[in-house]
Amino acid sequence: MRQIMHLFGMALLVSSGSALAAWELNMPRGVTETSHTVYDLHMLILWICVAIGVVVFGVMFWSIYAHRKSKGAQAAQFHESTTVEVIWTIIPFIILIGMAIPSTTTLIDMYDSSESDIDIKVTGYQWKWHYDYINDGVDFFSVLKTPKEEIYNEQEKNPNYLLDVDNELVVPIDKKIRFLFTANDVLHAWWVPEIAIKKDTIPGFINESWTRIKEPGTYRGQCAELCGKDHGFMPIVVKAVTQPEYDKWLADQKAAGAAKAAEADKDWTLDELVTAGAAVYQKNCAACHMPDGSGMPPAFPALNNNPMMQGDDVTAHMEVVINGVPGSAMAAYGKQMTAVDLAAVITYKRNTWENKTGGMVSPADVQAFMDK
Amino acid sequence: MEHSSNSYYVPDQSHWPIVGSIAMILLLGGTGLTLNDIQASGEVAQMSKYITYTGAGILIFMLFGWFGTVISESRSGKYSPQVDTSFRFGMSWFIFSEVMFFFAFFGVLYYTRSFSVPWLGGLGDKGLSHMLWPDFQAAWPLLTPPDASLFTPIKEVIDPWHLPLINTILLVTSSFTLTFAHHALIEGDRSKVKIWLGTTLLFGIAFLILQGYEYVEAYQHLDLTLNSGIYGATFFILTGFHGLHVTIGSIILLVMLIRVFKGHFTADNHFAFEAGAWYWHFVDVVWLLLFMVVYVF
Amino acid sequence: MSELTMTTDHHDHGPAKGIGRWLFTTNHKDIGTMYLVFSLIMFLIGGLFAFVIRAELFQPGMQLVDPNFFNQMTTMHGLVMVFGAVMPGFVGLANWQIPLMIGAPDMALPRMNNWSFWILPFAFSMLIATFFMDGGAPAFGWTFYAPLSTTYAPPSVTFFIFAVHMMGISSIMGAMNIIVTIFNMRAPGMSLMQMPMFVWTWLITAFLLVAVMPVLAAVVTMMLMDIHFATSFFNAAGGGDPVLFQHVFWFFGHPEVYIMILPAFGVVSEIIPTFARKKLFGYHSMVYATVSIAVLSLVVWAHHMFTVGMPIAGQLFFMFATMLIAVPTGVKVFNWIATMFKGSMTFETPMLFAIGFVVLFTIGGFSGVMLAIAPIDFQYQDTYFVVAHFHYVLVPGAVFGIMAGVYYWLPKWVGRMYDEGLGKMHFWLSFIGLNITFFPMHFVGLAGMPRRIPDYALQFADFNMMASAGAFIFGTSQLIFVYLIIKAARSGETADQVPWESAEGLEWTLPTPLPYHTFTTPPVIEK
Ligand code: HEA
Ligand code: HEA
Ligand code: HEC
Ligand code: CUA
Ligand SMILES: [Cu+2]
Repeated sequence: MRQIMHLFGMALLVSSGSALAAWELNMPRGVTETSHTVYDLHMLILWICVAIGVVVFGVMFWSIYAHRKSKGAQAAQFHESTTVEVIWTIIPFIILIGMAIPSTTTLIDMYDSSESDIDIKVTGYQWKWHYDYINDGVDFFSVLKTPKEEIYNEQEKNPNYLLDVDNELVVPIDKKIRFLFTANDVLHAWWVPEIAIKKDTIPGFINESWTRIKEPGTYRGQCAELCGKDHGFMPIVVKAVTQPEYDKWLADQKAAGAAKAAEADKDWTLDELVTAGAAVYQKNCAACHMPDGSGMPPAFPALNNNPMMQGDDVTAHMEVVINGVPGSAMAAYGKQMTAVDLAAVITYKRNTWENKTGGMVSPADVQAFMDK
Repeated sequence: MEHSSNSYYVPDQSHWPIVGSIAMILLLGGTGLTLNDIQASGEVAQMSKYITYTGAGILIFMLFGWFGTVISESRSGKYSPQVDTSFRFGMSWFIFSEVMFFFAFFGVLYYTRSFSVPWLGGLGDKGLSHMLWPDFQAAWPLLTPPDASLFTPIKEVIDPWHLPLINTILLVTSSFTLTFAHHALIEGDRSKVKIWLGTTLLFGIAFLILQGYEYVEAYQHLDLTLNSGIYGATFFILTGFHGLHVTIGSIILLVMLIRVFKGHFTADNHFAFEAGAWYWHFVDVVWLLLFMVVYVF
Repeated sequence: MSELTMTTDHHDHGPAKGIGRWLFTTNHKDIGTMYLVFSLIMFLIGGLFAFVIRAELFQPGMQLVDPNFFNQMTTMHGLVMVFGAVMPGFVGLANWQIPLMIGAPDMALPRMNNWSFWILPFAFSMLIATFFMDGGAPAFGWTFYAPLSTTYAPPSVTFFIFAVHMMGISSIMGAMNIIVTIFNMRAPGMSLMQMPMFVWTWLITAFLLVAVMPVLAAVVTMMLMDIHFATSFFNAAGGGDPVLFQHVFWFFGHPEVYIMILPAFGVVSEIIPTFARKKLFGYHSMVYATVSIAVLSLVVWAHHMFTVGMPIAGQLFFMFATMLIAVPTGVKVFNWIATMFKGSMTFETPMLFAIGFVVLFTIGGFSGVMLAIAPIDFQYQDTYFVVAHFHYVLVPGAVFGIMAGVYYWLPKWVGRMYDEGLGKMHFWLSFIGLNITFFPMHFVGLAGMPRRIPDYALQFADFNMMASAGAFIFGTSQLIFVYLIIKAARSGETADQVPWESAEGLEWTLPTPLPYHTFTTPPVIEK
């Protein structure tokens, strides 16, 4: 019933017209020079097509109306005319040339990523993004923040449903930012409509693109290339800030990084590791192995009740997590995580669900394994 | 039952097509099971093998039956010249489809040589990708692939001027001998047909033996394998599918030879022979191209 | 043109009895029927998958299926519709009509014709069987981009690959047969430039099929090699490139979309003159336009790949080439309108579908031109805008084309008139339903909704609900079509020999009901 009301309300909205603005009928105009050009080009082509449509359909509907048999129309005999045929070949051709010229200049401009101020390497993973500020030594992962409860309709959905991440990509305004796109596993595509960039991220290759954002704000986008199960759940959030704010953010990031590095030397207790590991697990592993460790056999093995999590031989376990399983979706997390996180998640898995071994793997163990 | 020249022969019902379909699903389904068995555990279940063999068996049975039917219809004079033309058109378009199949693989070779390998090595429009493979050097033939821990480097590629050259000579000559056989057939000199056709077949078989020897050499001594990166991949897919076509061509020639011995074909009715010849020439042309772009350049 | 003359040779006996008639038949009419019935079944199955998609997308949040199964639905929906519904549908029309329209006794290679068909049920059984395998059916989209479809694919991908091989073999043989029939079996005196438009468009389509299906076979073969034989065609670690997959796939894939529309152009070019009671305008330019579209279609493939980071020269080339296709397609649209212009029109069901085709296909063509502009395609690519585009050219394009053809020729095939009232109802419900389904997709696409997602952000909710409701209307109204066909095949009065007032063409010179074998003696065409 509610749905029917909803539909009904929609019909009202359409007829009222004034509410149309709220309806997101069109492409956003965006916040960069390029996005404005793109928007204008889009509108230009759209209106040309509409105009052609009006003429073509106009003639057609008029014939349908006027040349009906029921109105007594008699069929004419003509069935050829070289003149009109030439005309209606040439006119569309000219229109197309008119479209091609602005398109070409726009494209050439979009391809010029030289003389950038900041370079950011963007790597697509199943199903998260990694951002690396290559000149500043700052890098982090960015993962969907929307809780499962919202997705499975157990909780009210917040306005940024599915478009929220834990770590936003922070960039300064009015700077030329060059993106280097690549991927770690399958193809993804990094797309933020408001800055008019969509580029595929391809494992083993690097694509380039650039932007210069004019207004501070938060701009949201999504992965735009089918990349497996959670393709619909890897959003992108770009936060454009002023230069001073950016500088401060960058400094904070560096400090946090240093603090994190220092953690490795600290003495960790089992409980601390398990607690830290639970968070790491939910964020990085639960997508495939499920929050309760049940996995989705045969594609993704269960970790609960798994002999590897229970046995005494931790080396095999470390090997899988740190170096991954080549040729499968199981990535080499040694390249993605700190020793602390690795130790935490490994310890966690050995001490949760039904895998209660009480065994612990310390960051030092992990470090030793990796140095080997 | 008269067949005037403007009555086209429409065969009665036939069970061969459905037999062919059953063969096909068994053969491919069985092969699929076999491959997946290997992927999963390295061990092939009996079941998978038997399904494959059954499929292959039925397929061979179907081919004999179907072609047998066509041959006997042809020999009993049911085919008007118009039917003959249909077969000719059919065969030409079939060969065209084969051309497009090879075209795809040649395209792949072109793309990797001109684009992906140079890009990975830091050259050209997407040379930035070299950042991800700092130690990689673009070259062709590509001996060391970007990630040498996943794909084994090649020690040495095959020297075009030994075995491949001999093979080229063999195939080119065989095209001539086949044409001689054809001329002999038109002249009605059947013993010459047998000699030339037999020679052609021998050349074909010699080619296959040498090609097999080359593969063994590649695997055992040169580390040139399917697993040695894109050079190995393109090398084997092109030469492999070509070799498969030579095999099929040789079987066709063998059948033709048997039919000649059985007294089939006349000076003006021998389309099956011609179709086989077209196929052989096509395979020959593919080889010439392949010799140039795979081995020489 | 000649009246049908019946000669008494062995072709004159009727169909065999029982199931054997269908399994072993060499008769183009039987084979045509089987193709069409198969196509209808596949349309219903593919539609069912679409229905699961639309039901899940009715509201934001995950309700019915899990994300992986959703991807399987999307993939199988695309594959079944393209390879199972549309292509066999057109081959069915070709089997029935081409021999009748060119005055041939049958297809040129009747036994092979049977095989072309009978591969399909096996191929699709194999494809559908993947649902029941470990890891589920393919979930990588109908475009199956590597490496998602190779390294990261479920084991069932092996069977997907072999199923595609089988479909490819079937299509190639079917296309060869059509080409040979058209070149070799025309009634004496019928020159190429006298052939009906439908025959022309199928000739060109068949050429495209023979040219590109082998390329599809090649690309799946390379996948098989990458998966099972450790090659690296689509893996940069060995020197290959995932983008290479896309180049080879789209070299097949783009011509494929014209394979799905050219025969529909042909059907519409038959129908409009009949109901406008006026000869087709610009026959010659129609032929040349068809040829140009086919030739151009071979060099535009990378417009599906504008976002892969091609060098700019490639980007520009593919953009210009793609835009050019609007010219010959425009010629076709203008010719149809000029045919209607100053005609004497009536609007029976086939004509309604044909007019619906012209209007809605053109709208789909316009969005195609927008997509062709590379810099703005960056904003459209892989969004629902693309989904809207291709459903406009496929559903009211290809599918309406097939349906229009079925309505037009059904009286001749089954010998009875269909129920005109139901036909009109089918048209109007479909027309309304599909616009409600697919038009809002333009909006959500522009507003930023990516395709192939099982769940979406809140601002897309209203239009998605609308689309799902439309899909329900469209889907259920297809049941009318099914009912109408069954009804016409079973009961009713014998149709007139020429059920349409001014239909022209050899097929209408034959009696109704149609004998099992026709044109055993070819008609003679006078200039
Ligand atoms: C029947 C199938 C069919 C047909 C006929 C077309 C026709 C066209 N298509 Fe479409 N297309 C698809 C099926 C089809 N397409 C499919 C299935 C996909 C998605 C595949 C996937 O990713 O899954 C796709 C995707 C697709 C893309 C890629 C989008 C993306 O992924 O980013 C592009 C880009 O250029 C494109 C362009 C075109 C063009 C220019 C035409 C032209 O042929 C249209 C020409 C027609 C007209 C223009 C209208 C009539 C003309 C006039 C009235 C004359 C005057 C007009 C002007 C001067 C503008 N199509
Ligand atoms: C010719 C081809 C064709 C046809 C006819 C259709 C028909 C339809 N398509 Fe499809 N579609 C594609 C080709 C086609 N599609 C392709 C190639 C893709 C891309 C796949 C990919 O991304 O890989 C796609 C993708 C696609 C998507 C995007 C999925 C995604 O990105 O995740 C959606 C979403 O709405 C959709 C919807 C529909 C609907 C509602 C119909 C309707 O028209 C269907 C109507 C038919 C029926 C409903 C069946 C008839 C009736 C019954 C079975 C009786 C029982 C039913 C009821 C009682 C309702 N299609
Ligand atoms: C993208 C999906 C994915 C993610 C995310 C993922 N895994 Fe895996 N994992 C797999 C797959 C697939 C396998 C099976 C690999 C194989 O054996 O082929 C696997 C296997 C494993 C195994 C070995 C299980 C066994 O019985 O062999 C362990 C341990 C493991 N993963 C731990 C983790 C941890 C810890 C994380 C997070 C840090 C994680 N995985 C994240 C996909 C994933
Ligand atoms: Cu990542 Cu889609
Ligand atoms: Cu295309």
